Amino acid sequence: MSLALVLEQLLNGVQFGLMLFLMSAGLTLVFGVMGLINLAHGSLYMIGAFLCAAIAAATGNFFIGLMAGIAAAAAAGALIEILVIRRLYARDHLDQVLATFALILILSEGVRMIFGPFPLYLTVPSVLRGTVNLGIVDYSLYRLALIGFGIAVALGLWALIAKTRLGIRIRAGESDREMIAALGVNIRVLYTVVFALGAALAGLAGALVGAIQSVQVGMGEPVLILAFVVIVIGGIGSIKGAMVGALLVGVIDTMGRFLLPRLFATIFDASAAAGTGAALASMLIYLLMALVLIFRPKGLFPAHG
Amino acid sequence: MDNARKEWLLNTAIALALFAVPLWALLADEPFIITTATRIAILAIAAVGLNIALGLGGMVSFGHALYLGIGGYVAGIAAHHAFSGTTVLGLPGTNQMLPIWAIAMILSGTIAGIVGALSIRTSGIFFIMITLAFAQMGFFFTLSWPAYGGEDGLPIFVRNQFPGLNTARPWEFFLLSYGVLLAALAIFAMLRAARFGAALMAIRQNPDRAAAVGISPFGIKLVAFILSGMITGLAGAMMADLTRFVSPAMMAWTMSGELIVIIILGGVGRLFGPVAGAAILVCFEVLFGGLTEHWKLWLGLVLLAVVLFARGGLIGLLAGRAQHG
Amino acid sequence: MNALRMTALAALAVGSVGMAKADQVTVGMITTLSGGGAGLGVDVRDGFQLALDMAGEHDIRLVVEDDAQRPELAVQIAERMIQSERADILTGIIWSNLAMAVVPSAVAQDIFYLSPNAGPSALAGANCHPNYFNVAWQNDMLHEAAGQHANELGYENTFIMAPNYPAGTDALTGFKRYYEGELAGELFTQVGQTDYAAEIAEIRASGADSIFIFLPGGMGISFMRQFEQSGVDLPIISAGFSFDQDVLPAIGEAALGVINTSQWSPDLDNELNGEFVAAFQDAYDRLPSLYASQGFDTANLILSAMEQADVSDMDAFREALRAADFTSVRGSFEFAPNQHPIQTVYVREVVEVDGVLTNRIIGTAFEEHRDVHGENCNM
Repeated sequence: MSLALVLEQLLNGVQFGLMLFLMSAGLTLVFGVMGLINLAHGSLYMIGAFLCAAIAAATGNFFIGLMAGIAAAAAAGALIEILVIRRLYARDHLDQVLATFALILILSEGVRMIFGPFPLYLTVPSVLRGTVNLGIVDYSLYRLALIGFGIAVALGLWALIAKTRLGIRIRAGESDREMIAALGVNIRVLYTVVFALGAALAGLAGALVGAIQSVQVGMGEPVLILAFVVIVIGGIGSIKGAMVGALLVGVIDTMGRFLLPRLFATIFDASAAAGTGAALASMLIYLLMALVLIFRPKGLFPAHG
Repeated sequence: MDNARKEWLLNTAIALALFAVPLWALLADEPFIITTATRIAILAIAAVGLNIALGLGGMVSFGHALYLGIGGYVAGIAAHHAFSGTTVLGLPGTNQMLPIWAIAMILSGTIAGIVGALSIRTSGIFFIMITLAFAQMGFFFTLSWPAYGGEDGLPIFVRNQFPGLNTARPWEFFLLSYGVLLAALAIFAMLRAARFGAALMAIRQNPDRAAAVGISPFGIKLVAFILSGMITGLAGAMMADLTRFVSPAMMAWTMSGELIVIIILGGVGRLFGPVAGAAILVCFEVLFGGLTEHWKLWLGLVLLAVVLFARGGLIGLLAGRAQHG
Repeated sequence: MNALRMTALAALAVGSVGMAKADQVTVGMITTLSGGGAGLGVDVRDGFQLALDMAGEHDIRLVVEDDAQRPELAVQIAERMIQSERADILTGIIWSNLAMAVVPSAVAQDIFYLSPNAGPSALAGANCHPNYFNVAWQNDMLHEAAGQHANELGYENTFIMAPNYPAGTDALTGFKRYYEGELAGELFTQVGQTDYAAEIAEIRASGADSIFIFLPGGMGISFMRQFEQSGVDLPIISAGFSFDQDVLPAIGEAALGVINTSQWSPDLDNELNGEFVAAFQDAYDRLPSLYASQGFDTANLILSAMEQADVSDMDAFREALRAADFTSVRGSFEFAPNQHPIQTVYVREVVEVDGVLTNRIIGTAFEEHRDVHGENCNM
């Protein structure tokens, strides 16, 4: 096990974590401001990827596709908020879980009816192909760009929330809903905007990741569950928590897959070690989440005191 | 007519219909309808289990598929060893439902005790997510552990047996499931009427006040959660015998979601809510699954309509608002 | 949903039973038509339907239903098809785990099951059954061919990788059964995994001279896209599942040159295959996949048996199926005693023809190959 390999795996973990952050940020924002559990967040990720693939194929330009994917996810988010989600803010979590579960069924089947049952083609834009030399390891340029993208979006989001008028309203909405209504803020519009923003972030993640993964129906659900793990670990409603949780999950998952089979190889033969290691690695992040909740029942960075 | 009386009449009608339809099917030689009714009964048992935690205790468990799967694997593993004549942990396998049910309930109750003890202190979305996390651990464990088939699952070649019945006959297996369902409903009704149920509902409505009058929320909620897991575990063992097959899919998060869907479709906390919900869901799958490959879209629309416009589910729609909290 | 409509639907479902003619054969097709794996089921169904359409006049009543890739739903549909539709033959299942859920109990109820895909080792060996026929392959077969061909290509240090589930372990075992070189590494990935960065890093560090993968469906697409961007330049060998017409358009150029093994290829040179490929393109406006060819063969096998025997005489019909007296798009076709195919497995290469990615045969891995599990079948 060389230093180069460990470094490469760490980078992989960070990159995976930053993509999870894009997903989790929207989810945690929506929960923090509106108190809503949105299981359909993964469907918005899927919509971003599908639209990016379709438009990139039609125009031959990945970046136009990327813009289209973000726009489509944001538009779908706004539409869903106005038609359905708006009626759920006053409901309990149970109703929210069920209604957004229903939205998953509708959106998945709807996407399949429009785009057909086969996975779509989407690939890395030519300027981001190939590898770069990072001293001791050659690393995929696209993955490196994803890391950069993730950091840029995180900074942008921080600036948006800390420095802009919209951010002030979002923060006010997180701490006291009645007060911002009293201040004359149109709360309905604010909620629609926040939901669309979260949807756009999911669509962005879907489109970016779609270039190196399979763009197919159902692609949103595994990443949705991971995003929930992230925000629960980080503390629901906290953007900072989402960042820390995402990096923890990304790095621990990647390093678990990398190290556990090696650990077991010292005890069992190669095939058995590979199997047992993989089995445990797949449970690792859920174990992490359970442990965090047992010792910190509101996550690492509780949003409300 | 007051709502309580309406609900009582409706419950009786549902119970009779669930018996009469398969009886008619027996006479008309339509075994699939009997099998469908059996499936409704077993899913309803699982949901009755969840209804104790969710309906009475207000604990939204998004991981009850775990107990369903544990029960299922107990039945599958016991039958597997009975079939091959091998032992597991020094014990022989068995093809008798009674010991299988006992083990399924003890094991799922134990796991529910551990999960409950670790998660009841959390609330709201954290509780939803920690229960999901434990179910996901079970899912990935069964998925990748090779001894009992992994993702391929474990077939049960001959349905396990119950004294005095030929469980291979659809009608007799239905009668057994129907009987267990009635027993589960009786337990639910007794719990709700007893001081235990009153305490549980008091905790759900106002934990601080309940604590002030000397009710320990943690202990009572934990007992409710364990009972809930045990009944769902029993349903899992029966489900495995119905489909003659267990697989990790029984522990998938969508299965947990389906159990919640059943309760909401029928009516949260209602005695017969799980029965009505299971009947709606299964009939929908059977009728629409054959008509269109886009049936999931329609299922989604129906669910959405129920949440948005028919709160209280079917029972709430027909019998008015609940009497109990 | 009003009650009247529900009743009408119920009447419709029940009423269809009465329509069967005495000599008609009812085929129940349980396959995956929704969700991420839908492409495979759609192809099996379309291939099967095409064979019926090309046959013209026939007495098959086909009932198709979506299993959503869920074992418990597949079992429920199978019961409905057997008990309400009075199906004589079931077919259509794509996934090994669904087949294991449905097949043992269906064949025990005197129903024929013809597998157009999925051949778990249990059903080929200890749990084989006179009513179970596999028209595709036993799961290990194409992987064994890949192992065999890896020797011929002179690979000496191959890195092997598959998802951590029974079909995945079978794949690696099948490959190793014939492969004679060293293993640079052996890795199990998670089922449904989408990110392979950690695995690609392992491959890079392992010093391998080649890679064998079994990653069906979306997993293969994800791996290939990421592998292409990783700068690791090693030849890949695989079974045909990961590189067939259902996923090739989605993988794109990254698949070019990949060596894969299959019992069928669109360019396989026989008269019927030419007709099949042309007719499929005509009817559905896309190239057929391996799965479509298997659905097509399954339908033709049933039609051939119907000419020789009445399905109500199960023994005669079984003999007629066993004879496999039909023309297969893969050329010769014959059943081994365990009722799994004895067939030639070809080596293919992914190429681009007129802007479309497809496969071309470049050699033969095995002639008249049969699976090893048949030894455990006492039938």
